[in-house]
Amino acid sequence: MTTEAADSAEAVGAIAPAADPGFLQRHGGTIEYVLIPGAALAGALLVFGIFVAMFGKNPLDLYFYMYQGAFGTWFSWQNTLTRAAPLILTALCTALPAQLGMVIIGGEGALLIGALSATSAALAFQGVPPLVVQIAMVIAGVIGGGSWVMLSGALRQYRGVNETISSLLLVYIALAILNHLVEGVMRDPASLNKPSTREIGAANMIGTIPGTDVHWGLVFGLIAAIAAYILIYHTVFGFAARVAGGNIRAAKIVGLGVSKLILTICFLAGGAAGLAGMVEVAAVQGRTNANLAAGYGFTGILVAFLARQNPLAIIPVAILLGGISASGGLLQRRLGLPDASVLVLQGIIFLFVLASDALYGRIGFLKGKS
Amino acid sequence: MADGSIGLWTVPLAVLGGAIRVSTPFLFVSLGECITERSGRINLGLEGTLVMGAMSAYGISYLTGSPWLGVLAAGITGALLGALHAGICSLPRVNDVAVGIALMLFGTGLAFYLGKPLIEPTAPRLPAIDFGWWSDIPQVRAALRVNVLFLIGVALAPILYWAFRTTRWGLLIRTAGESSDAARAMGNSVLLIRLRATMVGGFLAGIGGSFLSLFYPGSWNEGLSSGQGITAVALVIFARWDPMLCLWASLAFGGAAALGPALQSVGVTSGYHLFNAAPYILTLAIMIITCSPKRTLTGAPAELSITR
Repeated sequence: MTTEAADSAEAVGAIAPAADPGFLQRHGGTIEYVLIPGAALAGALLVFGIFVAMFGKNPLDLYFYMYQGAFGTWFSWQNTLTRAAPLILTALCTALPAQLGMVIIGGEGALLIGALSATSAALAFQGVPPLVVQIAMVIAGVIGGGSWVMLSGALRQYRGVNETISSLLLVYIALAILNHLVEGVMRDPASLNKPSTREIGAANMIGTIPGTDVHWGLVFGLIAAIAAYILIYHTVFGFAARVAGGNIRAAKIVGLGVSKLILTICFLAGGAAGLAGMVEVAAVQGRTNANLAAGYGFTGILVAFLARQNPLAIIPVAILLGGISASGGLLQRRLGLPDASVLVLQGIIFLFVLASDALYGRIGFLKGKS
Repeated sequence: MADGSIGLWTVPLAVLGGAIRVSTPFLFVSLGECITERSGRINLGLEGTLVMGAMSAYGISYLTGSPWLGVLAAGITGALLGALHAGICSLPRVNDVAVGIALMLFGTGLAFYLGKPLIEPTAPRLPAIDFGWWSDIPQVRAALRVNVLFLIGVALAPILYWAFRTTRWGLLIRTAGESSDAARAMGNSVLLIRLRATMVGGFLAGIGGSFLSLFYPGSWNEGLSSGQGITAVALVIFARWDPMLCLWASLAFGGAAALGPALQSVGVTSGYHLFNAAPYILTLAIMIITCSPKRTLTGAPAELSITR
């Protein structure tokens, strides 16, 4: 019977070598994960084109300037990659808890607390070698952001508080704490119009990757995403997390420490977003102020969903979304679109991506069977 | 007293006034979300609906000169966003929480985009009824200037309470929320019930938004709502899906939200931002106290994904 099946498969292969059913059976899933989000993205761009056409703009100009602003020149590539760096990190804040079946949308709050902690560390460590300051900033940022999201995880585990709502409420609380400190005890008296903390000092900035204007935060992001991928897919810990995410009862029966898993994963998730805050301080702003609440945490949610919560897929998706936000400036200048047009496009993409969830496993030719 | 200065009494008065004034958006969003969640679906996108409602109400009020048309437009906008939510959620294997997050981002983005030209102009506001005419103290009069929308909201809570218990529609919504199988067995389309419930919920949330731009604070800008929508969604959970409890909780929240500005007006400026975050801290605290990991909340619709 086995030989018969093999024979017939061979025969099919001989007749139509291009349509190898085995290939689709093996890779149909992977193709789906590229094709369906790709189609959703194309659909969203189409709808956005129609949307701007209603305001009398030429959609073809729109696509051209979007491409120009995102990937058209070396300058725009650098702008794109600079924006992708925090997006990779904040996307991990949603993608890691998603392995456990948790929906955390508080990356923005962890970013702000991470930035505050990193700035405090830098200001406390004045007069020591920059490398020490930078390491202290990384540690402080990760611990600050990590604890912030771990709080949501702990509330979920020990008090049954919904983590989606608590993490979002914590964003507003984080923003209030930031404003309170920045306008209060941490305020630099010299910052008149825009209340800010003192600067961390030019020597302590993490600088750019040689030969580019892209800061080292991008490397932090890449390392974090790859590490998260290895953790989730190639370690026992990650396996346990995915088991718990698939079936929490089964996980408890086989004796997995679910509490520990939830707290650790939430800490790592928040730590990634906190690192994004540290990077924004140490590579871009040089200090903490309300400018840090630029929405990277919220765009990160979209990145994570578009990447289907896969840490490696987050990298290209973050670059794509970084490109879209990088092109916002050009769209404003050349087409006179409001700065919120990037937000509208992101919202449309998000809706399309979620609606496309219905398509998985339903596209006939990807099943490898006729 | 004779010179009209009432000193520290300003604070409780402002909190009382706030409970009346600031609570209205909380009230409308939570009542709307109550209807949606009772039908077995959660719409986290009401934050976006609130902002879209505020923007469209302001725009229509400015263009037509009638704030009431603005309120209607806000409701219709909210219902459309609700229909979008329900439409996407009715596709197989789509998560309603995620769609809500998407709509939150989409709604705020769209409102900022369309509302750009509305930041400058001044639109006609909603009128207020002066319940403080008997008093000479300006603070009392200010606290008792009540908007009609607030009264409608207050009336709506017992009506909904009654409707859930006794009307056919209330029963249908509750059946869909408790057991979609039972609703289906009765020959009803669960998707259609939820579509309608989400649209009505969006309609009310949109009206809540119109209150923000047309009465208090009474202008359109991008910082108009920061989390009132999501706070109201959380409020439904600890109001145990009971419209009357939504009313009391909204009043408490309005008071909490008025605390920061009230303290600032008597000269307590330190901690201003922290007092402004009072509603969020209060929400979180109440959720911590009332939730339990061991059981689902009493009164929770069984079909609701967020409480499982």
